Amino acid sequence: MHSDISSSPSGAPERVSSFWDDPAKRSLVYQLITLMVVGFIGYYLFSNTIKNLHRQSIATGFHFLGKEASFEIGESLIGYSAASSYARALCVGILNTLKVAFIGTALTLFLGTLIGVARLSTNWLVSRLAAVYIEIFQDVPVLLQLFFWYAVFNDSLPAPRQALHPIPGVFLSNRGLVFGVLAHNPVYVYMGGAFLTACAGVYCLRWWAGKRQDKTGKTFPLLRSGAGILLGLPLFVWLCGGAPIAMNVPHLAGFNFSGGVTVSPEFTALLLGLVLYTAAFVAEIVRSGIQAVSKGQKEAAMSLGLKPWQTLNLVILPQSLRIIIPPVTSQMLNLTKNSSLAVAIGFPDFVSVVNTTINQTGQAIEGVAMIMTVYLVFSLLTSAFMNWYNGKIALVER
Amino acid sequence: MRSRRLWVWMSVAVILLGAGVATAGTLSDVRAKGFVQVGVNGQLAGFGIPDEKGEWKGLDVDTGRAIAAAVFGDAKKIKFVPLTAVQRFTALQSGEIDVLCRNATWTLSRDTALGLSFVQVNYYDGQGFMVPKKLNIKSAKQLDGATVCVLPGTTTEQNVADYFRTHNMKMKPVVIENNTELNKAFFSGRCDCLTSDASQLAGARSVAPNPQDYIILPEIISKEPLAPAVRHGDDQWKDIVNFSVLAMIEAEELGITSKNVDEMLKSTNPSVQRFLGVVPGNGKDLGVDEKFAYNIVKQVGNYGEVFERNVGAKTPLALERGLNALWTHGGLMYAPPFK
Repeated sequence: MHSDISSSPSGAPERVSSFWDDPAKRSLVYQLITLMVVGFIGYYLFSNTIKNLHRQSIATGFHFLGKEASFEIGESLIGYSAASSYARALCVGILNTLKVAFIGTALTLFLGTLIGVARLSTNWLVSRLAAVYIEIFQDVPVLLQLFFWYAVFNDSLPAPRQALHPIPGVFLSNRGLVFGVLAHNPVYVYMGGAFLTACAGVYCLRWWAGKRQDKTGKTFPLLRSGAGILLGLPLFVWLCGGAPIAMNVPHLAGFNFSGGVTVSPEFTALLLGLVLYTAAFVAEIVRSGIQAVSKGQKEAAMSLGLKPWQTLNLVILPQSLRIIIPPVTSQMLNLTKNSSLAVAIGFPDFVSVVNTTINQTGQAIEGVAMIMTVYLVFSLLTSAFMNWYNGKIALVER
Repeated sequence: MRSRRLWVWMSVAVILLGAGVATAGTLSDVRAKGFVQVGVNGQLAGFGIPDEKGEWKGLDVDTGRAIAAAVFGDAKKIKFVPLTAVQRFTALQSGEIDVLCRNATWTLSRDTALGLSFVQVNYYDGQGFMVPKKLNIKSAKQLDGATVCVLPGTTTEQNVADYFRTHNMKMKPVVIENNTELNKAFFSGRCDCLTSDASQLAGARSVAPNPQDYIILPEIISKEPLAPAVRHGDDQWKDIVNFSVLAMIEAEELGITSKNVDEMLKSTNPSVQRFLGVVPGNGKDLGVDEKFAYNIVKQVGNYGEVFERNVGAKTPLALERGLNALWTHGGLMYAPPFK
């Protein structure tokens, strides 16, 4: 009787609301509803777009990719001419964007770390100079910086015929920096192979040295021996191959230089603007990362008798990197995305090529979709790599 | 540039989201708004640029004013939207502007795949090359290996590539979206030559630091009929825009100017009477005021006046009438009868 009374009020509602009382099932329903709403919005956007495009008789689809592009592109890492297809033109754009992103990211990390460490220097002048740098470059919009550098190159450098000629084989004019490179020779390919072999060798050596130190406590001069292997092996191959030194030297032909390698003012201005701007942010991140490691860590390391570089390398950096990596990742993504400002100063990056494509084919939706996809893929790949790296160096708690 | 990109995105968003109601009629939309929204260049002297007082000047600008005069009887009921070459067609497609008067070349693909309709040409142009005098170049055929400054998103980019391919020459383009930045790059010596429509080269030269240091080469490598454009599929609006341009041409042929238009109202010539709406009919057929042509000539002027005022011999551009003279003077400007 007693149990009946107590069980019926609790039992009856249980049957009615058992489904809602289960948070897992309830959230499943919410997720289904959300999915349906998102799906409906997606469908609405898609069908409405198709209808609108049809109504305005605008062509749709990606058939244009196979057509002849019939416009020239200023600089390209792969063979390209006006007779190439739109697909190839877009590849040229993607590679140009990647070129800026890769070189830019590497330089930014280097410069940013340098300035971040300088900001913490006990030397008053060095620390203040770093602070001034950070404040100036962080506060001026990056687009203005790009215009500034581009104008500096165009207005201050002479025409090709009056090009500055600081050392033989190098010319600096308003067409860019032109310098001689080694003429193609199969020996250089073998040297590349030798370098890769040396890399593998150094990796093994490092592993062996680590093992030995764990066992015997003896250290191994890894830096010197590693550098020796990395330089020595390719040098050996070069000597064996007859030490070829034929150069492809630029010379003035008609309007411009021919031969050699040209670094255009557009590329340099873009790279310089992006690197100087982003490095200011990276410097602040590096500084904050290092300062976030408690002072006691440093003092403890010193009292153990570690040298200053060992303190930095073995104690401070491993801890500060954990703080530094995630915000630096987002700065790297920023740099990649900001590289689309290239259109302003005429560097043929992906956005610039797509702009021309959109205008010649009139297919803005497809063009914008491609821009979105490409930048999304770049960003996801960068962030996947950095997340992997972050996971690798994260504090392993035992 | 970021705001510019944002702007293209917005246009795309309008196409994505915009419900299909714009077809109700551009004319009624324009009347409801109370002004005509005209896409113009904004940076091109002689065609579309604000002067030092902020007042819009140019051949394309005046073409826009003629349309406003036809629709509202008031050339001032107009808003100008400066657009880059890359933005312009998207702006028209998405309904941001009602008509595009921005030195746009009429081509087959633009008239079809882009969903636009071009009307009467208001300037017959052709693409040329401008080079610094000190390069000592007399012909475009000497340009092998040249670095060429060119605007993106124009027929120009394709024409110049075609020209160099045809003559088996090499070129290196420097492509900058902003007209002013592009000209700056050329005048600072980044490029050996600047290529564009001949009228634009004259416009760019007129605002150069040292105009006399540059010459325009004799070769004209393309046909560039520059015409206003509207969205495809609204025939009434297209007719109004078309006959606004044609009215300026017809007025010049009939000898009606902004100065003598009031006297011409008393003319006994039936063509003039019909044209100025003294004898009604044209306005009703077109769906605008009977006085539309009178208003255009009175407030904006005939084609000859507009040409001379903006790009003619007395302006810094100093362009000849050439192909843009009336057909009666050996040019291509020819209007169908207004009856």
